[in-house]
Amino acid sequence: MKNPNGAASTPAGGSALPTPSAAASNPDWRRKYGGWIAVIAILAALCVIPFYMKFYHIELSIIYFMSVILAVSYRLITTTGDWSFAHIILQGIGAYATALLAKHVGIPFIVMVPLAGLVTAAVGAIVMFPMLRTKGFAFFIASFAFGEFIRMVWMKVNNPFGGTGGIVNIPSPELFGLKLTSSVNYYFACMAFMVAAVFIMWRLDRSRIGNAWKAIHTDDMLAECMGVNVARYRTLAFVVGSFFAGIAGALLAYRMGSIDPHNFEITQMVYLVIWVVIGGASTFWGPLIGVTILTVAFEWSRPLLEWRPLMFGSLLIMFLIFLPGGLESLLPALRRPPGEHYARFRRWLTTFRPG
Amino acid sequence: MDSATLIQTLLNSVVTSSVYALVAVGLAMAFGVMKMANFAHGEFFMVGAYTVYVLYQLGGFNFWVAVALAIPIVALLGVATERIIFRQTGANILAGFMATVALGFVLQVAVGRIWGVGLMKRIDTPYMGAADIGDAHVGWQRLLVIPCAIAMLIALRYFLYNAKLGKALRACAQDPEAAALQGINIRNMTMLAMALAGASAGLAGALMAPIAAITPYMGHGVILIAFIVVVVGGMASIGGAVIAAIILGFIHTFVATLTDSLIATMVGVGFMALTLVVRPQGLLGREKS
Repeated sequence: MKNPNGAASTPAGGSALPTPSAAASNPDWRRKYGGWIAVIAILAALCVIPFYMKFYHIELSIIYFMSVILAVSYRLITTTGDWSFAHIILQGIGAYATALLAKHVGIPFIVMVPLAGLVTAAVGAIVMFPMLRTKGFAFFIASFAFGEFIRMVWMKVNNPFGGTGGIVNIPSPELFGLKLTSSVNYYFACMAFMVAAVFIMWRLDRSRIGNAWKAIHTDDMLAECMGVNVARYRTLAFVVGSFFAGIAGALLAYRMGSIDPHNFEITQMVYLVIWVVIGGASTFWGPLIGVTILTVAFEWSRPLLEWRPLMFGSLLIMFLIFLPGGLESLLPALRRPPGEHYARFRRWLTTFRPG
Repeated sequence: MDSATLIQTLLNSVVTSSVYALVAVGLAMAFGVMKMANFAHGEFFMVGAYTVYVLYQLGGFNFWVAVALAIPIVALLGVATERIIFRQTGANILAGFMATVALGFVLQVAVGRIWGVGLMKRIDTPYMGAADIGDAHVGWQRLLVIPCAIAMLIALRYFLYNAKLGKALRACAQDPEAAALQGINIRNMTMLAMALAGASAGLAGALMAPIAAITPYMGHGVILIAFIVVVVGGMASIGGAVIAAIILGFIHTFVATLTDSLIATMVGVGFMALTLVVRPQGLLGREKS
């Protein structure tokens, strides 16, 4: 956990590394600033590419930015060891809050997005209260049940949630007189929120609070003995994660213009889990890698739409069996001698033998 | 609610409770041994229902033959799940669980691709007609579920408390390390627990096939209810699961009759939330499992 930034993000932006001579003259230089340079290069590239992209790909990038917020905030909750199954529902709460408040109260875009986050955080705090009594696996089940409960409320209550039809005619977003209905404008708005959210969560992850969360994950009894208020820190992680999920939901609601309970089905949640698990949840950058690679994979698999859950489900099973650390553990795994992997494979084969 | 509706609702409650009990008992038993649950349990139920659909409706087998075959088929699926997933992921509980979430996906798509997703499957009811009890009118097909479920539960109980293998299974659930020291093979017991879980879920699905709407996604509602039942009953407690199944079956049926099934499910979740706050270990759960 000492320096996840420099070590892990460099490969992601390999093309943006400084010139070899500069790196060679001062080997520390690369280690110290390589990560930052990669991040700045990626951001610069993100600022330029929308002008050269097709409309469809800009829309895809907007969805991708929301997915990044979701994946990183989901990973933030999991640092305490609580794997929630309600994160998509939390995004839905943000989306519903946006739809209702923007439509009926007329709150402007720039206020509404953080406000949606706050509403979601408040709901997250309420839901977390009974769920605090559960741990690990039971937490997963409880969050699944609560998520379904909230989704049923949306489906059942026609006023104000609009039942299964959802809410339509959400006002189009506007920022300082600038219409955000255009794809490029909305792309930059989403990107700004994504960068801010990821930056805040990255700081949190490396702060004292982040360390307390990881301590709870490692051994909650020990953390309690060291003076960490486990209940409070678990709630905090869930509430912060809910906040950012709500922001992702607000961005989604504004883009879609209409939302309904089907946007937040369990299938979406499983895909979110797949992003985070395949990327790897033990470092901050794992989910980012996972969501990036799988967004591309999703687009490629578009011709096989009906088979998609089967393909990605099998992929998840394969990853959990053969590379449980996710893609972020791929490099260390490749460094291990091949005999070790062969032995692992042999061990796997024995399970098909009788007895 | 007049007396006819009351009797009818009571009988329906018993039917619902027995199905819940069948599904939840397997989940609780597997949880007891592995400390891990199977999210694809609802899909096991679905596979049981599809077995009856394929064998009875498409294959022309006798209904009871189809039901009897559904039990070993889904039990085999349970064993395969244990071997391919749980044994590999080992002590990593969440990995095993996530993998079964993915397995649920895989089964849904596989079944949907083979037999179609679109229209729900109709099964000709093997036992037409209805029993007249008082003024109430309950279909034979529904009433049949009750003795089958009770027979299965009694057989399971007899096995767990009287057979040597069953005792070993319970020992594993109580303390895996101590059980291993007595020479019990934990892996085999895990496999046995998954087989029994699959068998009971398969039976439940097979019995419900002529009554419920058969779709590849029918497992979703089942797993939600099963999880609620298991949490209320106390995770690893088989007796607790049966009691919780009876309570929730009655609550669900009565609320569903008075309002609708969506609200009934919401009440079930609320009941679970209340249990978690008041008695987190569940009705019959021990403080520390």
